[in-house]
Amino acid sequence: MKPGTKLKSSVCDTEVMVIRVGEGDIECGGAPMAEERPAERGTVDAAFAEGTKIGKRYVDEAGTIELLCVKAGTGSLALSGTALRAKDAKPLPSSD
Amino acid sequence: MNISLILQMAADADPDRIAIVCEGRRWSYGELHRAATGAARLFRESGASHVALLDENSAAAAITLFGAAIAGIPYVPLNYRLADVDLSALLARIAPAALVGDTARAERLNPDGGHLFWTRQTLIEQAEARADGPELEESDEPVAVQLFTSGTTGVPKAAVLRHANLLSYILGTVEFMSAEEGEAALVSVPPYHIAGIAALLSSTYAMRRLLLLPAFEPDAWLDLASDEGATHAFVVPTMLARVIAAMEARGGHELTSLRAIAYGGGRMPTELIDRALDLFPEAAFTNAYGLTETSSTIALLGPEEHRAAHRSDDPTVRARLGSVGRPLPTIELEIRDEEGRKLPVGERGEIYVRGDQVSGEYRERSALDAEGWFPTRDAGWLDAEGYLFLAGRADDVIVRGGENISPGEIEDVLMTHPCVADACAVAVPSLEWGEAVGVAIVVRPGHDPASEAELCELIRSRLRSSRVPERISYLEVLPYNEMGKLLRRQVKAHFQG
Repeated sequence: MKPGTKLKSSVCDTEVMVIRVGEGDIECGGAPMAEERPAERGTVDAAFAEGTKIGKRYVDEAGTIELLCVKAGTGSLALSGTALRAKDAKPLPSSD
Repeated sequence: MNISLILQMAADADPDRIAIVCEGRRWSYGELHRAATGAARLFRESGASHVALLDENSAAAAITLFGAAIAGIPYVPLNYRLADVDLSALLARIAPAALVGDTARAERLNPDGGHLFWTRQTLIEQAEARADGPELEESDEPVAVQLFTSGTTGVPKAAVLRHANLLSYILGTVEFMSAEEGEAALVSVPPYHIAGIAALLSSTYAMRRLLLLPAFEPDAWLDLASDEGATHAFVVPTMLARVIAAMEARGGHELTSLRAIAYGGGRMPTELIDRALDLFPEAAFTNAYGLTETSSTIALLGPEEHRAAHRSDDPTVRARLGSVGRPLPTIELEIRDEEGRKLPVGERGEIYVRGDQVSGEYRERSALDAEGWFPTRDAGWLDAEGYLFLAGRADDVIVRGGENISPGEIEDVLMTHPCVADACAVAVPSLEWGEAVGVAIVVRPGHDPASEAELCELIRSRLRSSRVPERISYLEVLPYNEMGKLLRRQVKAHFQG
């Protein structure tokens, strides 16, 4: 996998673009994400059901991976079972 | 990675929000995305190697940019102000192109290029007609934009910006959908300038309404800003000066909606920014410094820093109004000497930058060093707090008897004289020193010109004697390009001619 790869949730509408690649499995709603959506959609694990927001960037605590949510869904993101958190925005003044 | 993601996300998140207002038509993000998709079909079917724009700002420019990205063909906005002979050379370099805009001129200048043509109007009509259809296959073309550099120092180079560079810049500096309802940005920089491209991408990602002025003219700018309630604007210093003059000519025209003014693209005279800060007491001013090769902004001086410097009596803080602020947190910046060694605070040298948004790449070669640093050829220095001050182009350094002299330091001192409205220092040939200092002066209207002896004494009293000019010339105006960039080559030629 390389930066720019787009991954889809197998249990909800969530789509992400990989910004920083790291070790581990990228999951959404408790199920692995993949470049192609499976023919049959699974169900969202209640433990990973907080939802994703379009435009938010998600990182793990160690900062090894970073994902940009490009389509929102009902599942929430995790790296090998550990929930990712939305990165705080560091707003810059608009320069152009 | 592909910058079309920016428009696609905006169209998914709120398709009905207004994206662009231009020539009396309002485009929603949904409509813009549909038209860009249609344009992508046209461009891909054309078999063109480049998608070119030879036109002023309009919705068609945005559709062409995003359409080229979706199609996966490099987008090349051309400078329509170029002379025929220069433009025809560039057209030959991008043949065969799918060209949008002034088709008659392009066809006349490069009839054998095999180009395909659309006018502003036919592109919009055909793109909208082709909006629906089978999904386009994603492309893996890495190059998003190719810009011919202005060529103030030679034949135009084809600077290449990859999708990864531009996306990194946008994701690193703009929060998605961060614009409040009602925010509107007035853009009047030409589409072939990196600031015009960055404005389009930033505004789309923030989901701000973009007010496109086809070509800058101060009265049209004021009318559009008032009619549409512009909250944000990007200007080059010359535009700001002309807007202020037009406001005064109207007897104190007020622009109450304007909350943020960003500027860049050329040296901002301290007097002008001081005046603007007084004239717009509530506005947030941002000075942005960047290059084509760095995907736009790499350093900025923010609103609070402007106000702090404007009010301050501390000369160090006050001087920051003449700086370009601090580097973005997402890039690294260093000042280096001619051997490439890092220089300490306060010393002038060449500005080097590194980061994902930095391309530093031309069609012909990459200018990046082995560690990924880009030598900008801009000269500058950092103060103790990390504020960056520009000191001209590295190529503009005057080498007098082995001593490097930056034109900026001489110009800054000359500008303190009440009779001097503008000044430019360049290298002039010298039998004794190889090169010596020549200065061109523009005298402020209503003032008597200072004598050569007086100006030389001013320089001698403030700087070293090596900085004292050997030749002084009084000119009506200094030559600038349309973006406010001083054309030093022409001043140099004036001394040689």
